[in-house]
Amino acid sequence: MPEVLTAPLTVEFPFTRSLGPVQSAFLTGLRERVVLGVRTGDGRVLVPPVEYDPVTADEIRDLVEVAPTGTVTTWAWNHEPRRGQPLDTPFAWVLVRLDGADTALLHALDAPGPDAVHTGMRVRVRWAAEREGAITDIACFESYDGEQEQPTGHSGEFADAITKIVTPARLDYRYSPGRAQTAYLRALADRRTVGERCPSCHKVYVPPRGACPTCGVATTEQVEVGPAGTVTTFCIVNIKAKNLDIEVPYVYAHIALDGAGLALHGRIGGIPYDQVRMGLRVEPVWTEGARHPDHYRPTGEPDAEYDTYKELL
Amino acid sequence: MSKEPVAVVGVGQTKHVAARRDVSIAGLVREAARAALDDAELTWADVDAVVIGKAPDFFEGVMMPELYLADALGAVGKPMLRVHTAGSVGGSTALVAANLIAGRVHGTVLTLAFEKQSESNAMWGLSLPIPFQQPLLAGAGGFFAPHVRAYMRRTGAPDHIGSLVAYKDRRNALKNPCAHLHEHDITLEKVQASPMLWDPIRYSETCPSSDGACAMVLTDRAGAARAPRPPAWMLGGAMRSEPTLFAGKDFVSPQAGKDCAADVYRQAQIADPRRDIDAVEMYVPFSWYEPMWLENLGFADEGEGWKLTESGVTELDGDLPVNMSGGVLSTNPIGASGMIRFAEAVLQVRGQAGEHQVEGARRVLGHAYGGGSQFFSMWLVGSERPGS
Ligand SMILES: [Zn+2]
Repeated sequence: MPEVLTAPLTVEFPFTRSLGPVQSAFLTGLRERVVLGVRTGDGRVLVPPVEYDPVTADEIRDLVEVAPTGTVTTWAWNHEPRRGQPLDTPFAWVLVRLDGADTALLHALDAPGPDAVHTGMRVRVRWAAEREGAITDIACFESYDGEQEQPTGHSGEFADAITKIVTPARLDYRYSPGRAQTAYLRALADRRTVGERCPSCHKVYVPPRGACPTCGVATTEQVEVGPAGTVTTFCIVNIKAKNLDIEVPYVYAHIALDGAGLALHGRIGGIPYDQVRMGLRVEPVWTEGARHPDHYRPTGEPDAEYDTYKELL
Repeated sequence: MSKEPVAVVGVGQTKHVAARRDVSIAGLVREAARAALDDAELTWADVDAVVIGKAPDFFEGVMMPELYLADALGAVGKPMLRVHTAGSVGGSTALVAANLIAGRVHGTVLTLAFEKQSESNAMWGLSLPIPFQQPLLAGAGGFFAPHVRAYMRRTGAPDHIGSLVAYKDRRNALKNPCAHLHEHDITLEKVQASPMLWDPIRYSETCPSSDGACAMVLTDRAGAARAPRPPAWMLGGAMRSEPTLFAGKDFVSPQAGKDCAADVYRQAQIADPRRDIDAVEMYVPFSWYEPMWLENLGFADEGEGWKLTESGVTELDGDLPVNMSGGVLSTNPIGASGMIRFAEAVLQVRGQAGEHQVEGARRVLGHAYGGGSQFFSMWLVGSERPGS
């Protein structure tokens, strides 16, 4: 079997988050080198703080400052720091119960090696040099054998509190389109469009997916379709998409290639946009080095009758 | 053993807006949940389980809302589960909650759906750069506009129907204090003069992008008997799915939508929906979907849906009002939009819809769809308990 295509796929987006009153105070506090927790109905202090009491579900807003020193409650050594992690040398992930808190905060501990880390060890916050109101304002924790540091007595009220953060999310995948689409893509390189026929309903899927979605059976019989086809329906796009280098207006159409059991989507060119119509006969236009047809243009044949394509919209 | 009748005794919504910068997502869902509990005069302790729904994860970057929101929704120590079905999720979430009552698993369930579109980008979420594929050429409106053209070709509907729907829904929204768009100076001429984005869809014929949440309290007969206000009763509810693209798919009137409606009508013993149902809250993100769904849901014969719109039947004072709340065209926190349809149907049969109340509404349909017109969820609610 020929080798199946794969390629990296990176999905990333800078999501914004409105903080609400509690997270706003917590993150603004970090900017000011103040660690704030919140007191629950039963008197415990949660760090990091939450907006709602985990026991009673009541809204909680009683902010309490805790010390920048604390105790490691558990840990794991990170041998190979990855992109975006707090430190770029091996470090320990730690849960730290800060002095004055009843719960532990997850962060990084800078340590020379796993032998230097143990549950129960005393640590303190190492503040980042530049702080903006983010969890990274705590650069990391470091080993500490001094006295318990005292809170500054901060009220939790800030003049210029931050209300929103940006949280970039990123996922790295290895993507494979699978056997059937790999064969389809290889045929496209020779400017041929090859689908697969369902052995049960006999419809030809273009692009093929390796199985018929309605019959639930594998498709293997390859069938070349097109190259010409019929515009079955379309719209005229008048707003420019950010990531596309196409002048508006242009026509985005559903095109049923001759012999295909369903329409694929493409752009229509070589004809004024306001003259495109349902039933127009078109053929692909290729550009050098492109994987897919650049667009489709009229063949000059008479329009197809509605009845011949009405099931292929 | 027969199913337990399901009653809705509490409804809560946020005031939907373009951006709720003053609250976290937890704070947003909390407002809707609190309002629903207040309506039912219940406390967090009265709730046995929580069922939550939201938009697809890439739409807002929250992967595990059930984990993040357990404390905000009073779910600690209780079952909490999350439902996924793209844009129809608000409807299917409510139905999963209803089934927990109908199956006598729980006595009282809080169900909720939300989205903060302002903190994300749904269009980005729909157009991930999948290797080897051509980029999507047209955006969400461009995906649906060819289907609208197909509907117009198939039925001979005149061009102005889409504008009539938008004009109606935006006027209805003026009577709904929770609606996002309140366009006080709306006129039909303004709708028709708005830019053509994806011909045949105009700007004013598309939905806004909203932040909002919606919640409901569902309960059994015993819970309904304790309720301070009249409950709405579920008379039928169903979900159906089909693939996004397949040979023979009818995007104008998907089979899954027809089958879903037929199932609801069978459960509710509705012989003729046009006669037996008083009003509809349907999922219309682009105005032309009103006549399309009128046919798909059996309120009009094929090719005749646009005539109901054109003749004013679907107006607030018409014979079959549609989207009395202003609909998705006036409010669209995607993850919540389906549940808002279901909840607005409830408000109507409880007589609590305020200025957008349909006089004497006794049976109202709530409808949601999502994905590439591939997920459908619907419920019919009534003012009388089934079998009573
Ligand atoms: Zn088949």
